[in-house]
Amino acid sequence: MTETSTGDDIKISVRHLNFYYGGHQALFDNSIEIYRNRVTAVIGPSGCGKSTHLRIYNRIYQLYRDQRAEGEILIDGENILAPETDVLELRRKVGMIFQKPTPFPMSVFDNVAYGLRLHYRLKRSEIADRVEESLRGAAIWDEVKDKLKKPGTALSGGQQQRLCIARAIAIRPEILLMDEPTSAIDPIGTSRIEDLIGELKKTFTIVIVTHNMQQAARVSDYTAFFYKGVIVEYGKTPQLFTKPKEKKTEDYITGRFG
Amino acid sequence: MTDVPALKRRSLLPRRIRNRAITALSALSTLIAATFLIWILWTILRNGIQSLSVDFLTEPTKPFGVPGGGMLNAILGTVVITLVATLLAVPAGMLGGICLSEFARNSRFGNAVRFSANVMMGMPSILVGLFIYTLIVMTTGNFSGFAGSAALAIIMFPVILRTTEDMLCMVPNALRESALAIGAPRWRITLAVVFRSAKNGLTTGVLLAVARVAGETAPLLFTALTSDAWPTGFFTQPTANLTVTMTEYATNSPFAEMHVRAWGAAFLITTAVLILNLFCRTILREKKS
Amino acid sequence: MNSSAVKHQNGGSSNSTAGGIHLPDRLFRIAAAGAAGLAVLLTIAFFVQLSVHSVPAFREFGIRFLWSTQWDTSSMQFGAACAIYGTLLTTAIALLIAVPTAFLTALFLVEIAPPGIARVLGCALDLLAAIPSVIYGMWGLFIFVPFMQEHVQPFLSDTLHLSVLPLFDGPVTGFGFLTAGIVLALMSLPFISAIMRDVFRMVPSVVKESAYGIGATTWEVARNVTMRYGMQGLLGAVFLGLGRAVGETMAVLFIIGNSETISASLYESGATIASVLANKFAEAEGLSKSSLFALGLILLCITFTIQIFAQLWLNRIRKNSGGGL
Repeated sequence: MTETSTGDDIKISVRHLNFYYGGHQALFDNSIEIYRNRVTAVIGPSGCGKSTHLRIYNRIYQLYRDQRAEGEILIDGENILAPETDVLELRRKVGMIFQKPTPFPMSVFDNVAYGLRLHYRLKRSEIADRVEESLRGAAIWDEVKDKLKKPGTALSGGQQQRLCIARAIAIRPEILLMDEPTSAIDPIGTSRIEDLIGELKKTFTIVIVTHNMQQAARVSDYTAFFYKGVIVEYGKTPQLFTKPKEKKTEDYITGRFG
Repeated sequence: MTDVPALKRRSLLPRRIRNRAITALSALSTLIAATFLIWILWTILRNGIQSLSVDFLTEPTKPFGVPGGGMLNAILGTVVITLVATLLAVPAGMLGGICLSEFARNSRFGNAVRFSANVMMGMPSILVGLFIYTLIVMTTGNFSGFAGSAALAIIMFPVILRTTEDMLCMVPNALRESALAIGAPRWRITLAVVFRSAKNGLTTGVLLAVARVAGETAPLLFTALTSDAWPTGFFTQPTANLTVTMTEYATNSPFAEMHVRAWGAAFLITTAVLILNLFCRTILREKKS
Repeated sequence: MNSSAVKHQNGGSSNSTAGGIHLPDRLFRIAAAGAAGLAVLLTIAFFVQLSVHSVPAFREFGIRFLWSTQWDTSSMQFGAACAIYGTLLTTAIALLIAVPTAFLTALFLVEIAPPGIARVLGCALDLLAAIPSVIYGMWGLFIFVPFMQEHVQPFLSDTLHLSVLPLFDGPVTGFGFLTAGIVLALMSLPFISAIMRDVFRMVPSVVKESAYGIGATTWEVARNVTMRYGMQGLLGAVFLGLGRAVGETMAVLFIIGNSETISASLYESGATIASVLANKFAEAEGLSKSSLFALGLILLCITFTIQIFAQLWLNRIRKNSGGGL
């Protein structure tokens, strides 16, 4: 299923992952390899388990008691599903962007500084430098540099989402998970975030869930197609979109269902 | 971003310890609160159960120093006072709630009513007693069970009013309009269609309000007082009731036997109130979902 | 009929235009408006009645009634200071204990406890709120006062050596401000906690998730995100608890000791406005009764002020959450 003849570095290696909501199994034997400094898109019809799959990488699913994962996810060779994994440290390494922008109820500056202060021991000036750097990294500095004291919720939807990206990259993660990051954003905001993703992959390994196939084709290097909790096909994006191996994949990308 | 100097990491340990400590503290707080509940209920049960007897439930109270006697007149008195209060408060409260949700939703009048109702809900119950004292006891010249009912009704009224408004506001406008479209007059629509769909919530609201006032004491101190007689002089004489009788027995009597009977009254009133509450919380809520 | 339906959609209106309204409908509206107006009328009547009856007291003592500490029936000298002091002190003790505890219980029940345990303990808290206040008073008098005298007060004064502070130095009787404050805290805790739980639940889970997502602990999420998000709701909860504690009668009456005292010692017996009313009303007449009405008027003004602040806060929340509350 997976294509390995690429020469790219493996960052995340998922092996035989099963996932359950209470008694209901949502993911079936997912195995996939995510490559370093590449953008991997996860596509599929809604309810197929794309987000569920992504939410295991930083173990955010653990907030809900009836949810359970089985199998292995190796990040740099270390199984993050092992009980001894420190989730706080894991979540510093693996940042996440959500479907809706989620600025915290604090100023633009503090939104970005918050995670920094949690994880690092920094002087005031160092924090200011890091905040600026992160806001620049998220391509939003010029728009908010005069509004740093304003509440984060006062920004537009697209700006809020880039603020959340700045907040995520401020703590220097290695991996960025994006769960349909543009689904609540207008087209202009969306294209800015897509451009940003191209920049960000120089520094981070990015996994992006999207319901928008054009978006997957535009931004990603690899694409995985999910259907009913199973990874139907995974490969380089141009190949998957032009010469899908599976009938199901072809049906989906040509719009025959979904 | 690629070759920035390494940042000084903050150790995870103090953060984890703080988190653990707060977790433990919050569990402890909740447990302490629950312990107090059990402590109080256990006290009531242990002390109350020993006074429960046939006499306790079938005899009226006797004056201080006279041996024997029960609580039946006080039980009946509490039932009558609460019932009359409910009969006074529920129709008025519901009409007021209908007015807010159907006719005066965003008007200045509606806002004034809503504000007043909230003020009344936050009013200490002893002030309600004082108010009814000036209004009824002073004008009629005597304490009476009815004055007690009036005081309890004033406590219930704003609660019923706001509950009714909240419940009716949840009824979709489409339902009202489709009834209007078949030509029904407004008052019949409101009563029939709207009330039917909000019935469960309203029942819960009324029962909880009843449970709340049934245990009230302060408003009865200046109105119903208490008495060793049967509650026959409801409109003209002080009327026996569980809570004031219990207060008298517990604070003004040196007789241990009367303390025991006060516990018995406490047991009855607590049981009634808790059963009403549990009923509303479990049975009616399940029905709704 | 149709026009009234349209009107209703716009938020309803109390007066109808074109003649199409039937007589029963009009009567129904009048009855409903009358019942609603009763709320306004009663609220005003409270102020009027209490003011009218406290006129003799204020005429006799003037504004000095507020800070005079005497309450002497033989010389007919009355002042509210002791009762006001007791009310404020017990309320302060109650809130000092109840607010942090309510926050912690809400945190535990919403964010930490497994759902089954949270349901049982949440129900226990709700029942604590349902118990009539006179029951708290009786339990306080026979059980908790002796417990305070035998265990808590000696522990605070001797074991912890807090008796070097005037606060914890005084007669170890079990009665007094501290005991009353603790019982008031216990009574207001479930109300405050219930609102705080609602506030915690109102915070969108995706906002909490994103805070967890950058590696915050449960406590950090609660303190930095949930608490800020629901700050106004939390303050509303505090106001509600304040209103309840200030006017509570029965629980306090049984355990505060009922004497007119102003003392720095929390062990000292005292009185609150409500307990003085309950305690002295039966024997009072003339000027002393009028003085009690004046006390009642003061309590009414205190709770009214609290209500106004509480409602202003709650209105602000409603606006901010788009009518979601």
